[in-house]
Amino acid sequence: MDRNMFTGGLPGTISRRGFLRACAIATAAMGLPMEMVTKVAEAAESPERPRVIWLHFQECTGCSESMLRASHPDLATLILDLIDLQYHETLMVGAGHQAEAAFEKAIEEPGYVLVVEGSIPTGEYEDFCMIGGHSAEHNLKKAAKNAAAIINIGTCSAWGGIPVARPNPTKAVATGDIIKDKPIINIGGCPPNPHNFLSAVLYYLTFKKLPPTDIYGRPLFAYGRRIHDHCERRPHFDEGRYAEQFGDVGHRLGYCLYKVGCKAPETFGNCSIIRFNDVEVWPVSVGNGCYGCTEPNFWDTMSPFHERLPGVPLPVNGGTIANATDIGKKALGITAAALAIHAGIGVAKSFAKGKKKEEE
Amino acid sequence: MAKRVVIDPVTRIEGHLRIEVEVRDGRVVDAYSSAQMWRGLENIIKGRKADDAWMFAQRTCGVCTTVHAMASVRSVENALKLEIPYNAQMVRNLIVASHSLQDHIVHFYHLTALDWVDIVSALKADPNKASAIAESYQSWKLNGASVFRSVQEKLKKFVASGQLGPFASGYWGHPAMKLPPEVNLIAVTHYLQALDYQRKACQAVAILGGKNPHIQNLAVGGVSTAINPDNVATLNMERLYYIKQLLEEIRDFVQNCYFPDCMAISAFYKEWLNYGKTGEYYLSVPDLPQDTKGELFDIPGGTVINGQVKEIKSFYDPYFINNVAENITHAWYDGDWTRHPWEEETVPKYTGFKADGTVDEKGKYSWSKTPVFKLGNDYVPMEVGPLSMILVGYLTGHKLTKKWTDKALGMISSVAKTEVTIENLKSTAGRNITRAIRAAMMADLALKQWEQLVNNIGRGDLEIFNPPSYPKGEIRGCGFHEAPRGVLSHWSVVHNGGIMKNYQEVVPSTWNAGPRDAKGRKCPYESALIDNPVAESEKPLEVLRTVHSFDPCIACAVHMIDPEGKEIVKVKAL
Repeated sequence: MDRNMFTGGLPGTISRRGFLRACAIATAAMGLPMEMVTKVAEAAESPERPRVIWLHFQECTGCSESMLRASHPDLATLILDLIDLQYHETLMVGAGHQAEAAFEKAIEEPGYVLVVEGSIPTGEYEDFCMIGGHSAEHNLKKAAKNAAAIINIGTCSAWGGIPVARPNPTKAVATGDIIKDKPIINIGGCPPNPHNFLSAVLYYLTFKKLPPTDIYGRPLFAYGRRIHDHCERRPHFDEGRYAEQFGDVGHRLGYCLYKVGCKAPETFGNCSIIRFNDVEVWPVSVGNGCYGCTEPNFWDTMSPFHERLPGVPLPVNGGTIANATDIGKKALGITAAALAIHAGIGVAKSFAKGKKKEEE
Repeated sequence: MAKRVVIDPVTRIEGHLRIEVEVRDGRVVDAYSSAQMWRGLENIIKGRKADDAWMFAQRTCGVCTTVHAMASVRSVENALKLEIPYNAQMVRNLIVASHSLQDHIVHFYHLTALDWVDIVSALKADPNKASAIAESYQSWKLNGASVFRSVQEKLKKFVASGQLGPFASGYWGHPAMKLPPEVNLIAVTHYLQALDYQRKACQAVAILGGKNPHIQNLAVGGVSTAINPDNVATLNMERLYYIKQLLEEIRDFVQNCYFPDCMAISAFYKEWLNYGKTGEYYLSVPDLPQDTKGELFDIPGGTVINGQVKEIKSFYDPYFINNVAENITHAWYDGDWTRHPWEEETVPKYTGFKADGTVDEKGKYSWSKTPVFKLGNDYVPMEVGPLSMILVGYLTGHKLTKKWTDKALGMISSVAKTEVTIENLKSTAGRNITRAIRAAMMADLALKQWEQLVNNIGRGDLEIFNPPSYPKGEIRGCGFHEAPRGVLSHWSVVHNGGIMKNYQEVVPSTWNAGPRDAKGRKCPYESALIDNPVAESEKPLEVLRTVHSFDPCIACAVHMIDPEGKEIVKVKAL
């Protein structure tokens, strides 16, 4: 609530009695029973929850759905105790002009966090996603104007995601292709682990700054490491033990999934560490390779999904054996190499090109 | 005097939907449903490997996660006539059943309940009385007065903050809201508890699928979930019993809390057992296959036409595969035809709205096509969803359907103090009731699939995958699935040794949300709205009740148009 209504904009300038009278008026104005006056007074004196506006464009709502799976905090704690979620089409009660009015009101006062889910169709396709008679691009620009920061949830708003997969039928783009003058954080994933999103929000609320990111705008706390380098099946990779096909002996023994299409060697994320749904799983743990969904343009660069990623050097002759003196230096060298790849190349090279090169 | 009311955006659904109704003397006399978003997903699938299609197709919708993946792999397997191992069938069935449970819980409590439940009224409730009322109609373990008191305290603090977040724009105090404060408090409390139970259902899916939403354990030919009771890194007894524990907890919630809540609220709003009927054409498909071919099912499917039921018996049944078609008379595509999904060509042609911003009734007005079913020489729109599934099961004497349907009818009749019959389920309230019946059945069936999987593993069968082998020539397949919102079918045309040549999705929300057909007959959303009461045309809560009873999913409904398509919508919500 606007605390100025109690103080005329000057904190501490009205008497306690005057304050309570104002609370009583506010209580009546909100249509609440009079026994709520003390609650209203308490609330008026406690800090405001930070405002969040969540927009949906060309998306499948999978990212919003992932929030329903979050546990720390859970969705109820998030929207009742931590943030003031002023606009979210899947959750909000009002529809039609009430929803539109809620949007207009929410973006009036600067300083909110803007969350974007889904890509934005542009050019002659601008009208391919319409909300209340306005295009996605129109609503994004309008909402970004007064935003303190933008958090892109999911690969679609971060880099275009599935709508930009070839042939990109709607000239879809990412938030960052349209909005250039605001700090933007990208939470990659299809959908992302909800805790990566929540941690970014909580980082911002707690430390009053955005988390440091890699060159793709992904927070280091979640995307600062190659999945392959922190995979529980890495020893099998290093020792040359692979599943060759789903259901074969190697697969049944929990061996490395690289040969059945795992893209973890070129994917950055924390899937193997924080895992999903609080049941200790991620795709590799059940027997399916990583599809690289936290990487930009993974739909084109990482498919076919069940085929081996080309260009990954394999260990030979029973894995990596070295003496203890050398091994520390070697590890440092690998880290430096990994960082260089991360910064410069990423997964920009296409699957087919890599394969061709490998064949040569 | 008639008044046009446009609701855009319709919220608490997936995607972007616009509903336009004409209201005269407090009743809806005409209705138009229009889908508002397009991504071109099927165009993106074309030219890629048939093995990968399910990954892309699953992104049709994140609310209906898993379902498009299932229909997609089934469609390619159907084209190849490829059987999948029994274990793979059971793993898929467990995912289907668990996902249904999550989806139905979320629809009832988090998407539609707020059309019937007044949160602000719950502030006035007496928690002791609420506890007594809850105990009187259900045996749910979390109905103590202290539970209701603590939720009410939390709610008071939240409302008093004035920062109402997503609840700020509600229809609180609307004249169509009828529940006593105590029942509102019960519903709000269960809204919060339901968040925990839907999460458990997601966990059961994730243990098999690697994550949720959007599972990552399917393959054309089976699943990639490795099974080995003697290994540390596979589906073993620890994992299996984790699933069982979750399924038992969910069953407790669904059968002892969600089911009776739905019946009680429906009884309070018994007049809604008479609004929202669409007609006499219902379609469902069988699901939870019990063999490797798809000829035996735990849930029956078929058509119910003027009360006559005809079953669909296998994944290859021509009664379904030959008779599904789509019509574009009133959809923004060039031409005026009705064609089988494999034969469709799709050239968009946008004609917009009329100058006054309302729909062009005689022309085209939605991106959603009109799916139809061939009956003799006619093609008719059909209603799909849990209502259709329950009607088919009830009329074919399916035991589990009959058990839970009779229980539901008995409960509502006793609370409403009037006799409620199966005919009353063809209504707005009936759609929510049949969804709860389906959930209760799925809770039993999920555990049945679990038993079967474990028994089969116990027999030493660890098979999960039959590798596909693609011929050079062209093959065609249909994969159907009785999804939470009803009949879903994916249609594949594969050529060149495994490349997708054409791909079509005929989706539950398209069946229900489509515009009028070639003969001007309304599709289910439109026909269900006729005669609905509207107390305040500025706050058309009653329209939302009926639209939400279908559980709309618009990302699902709109698909497959050419890149040249163009849409310009100038309408503001009135």
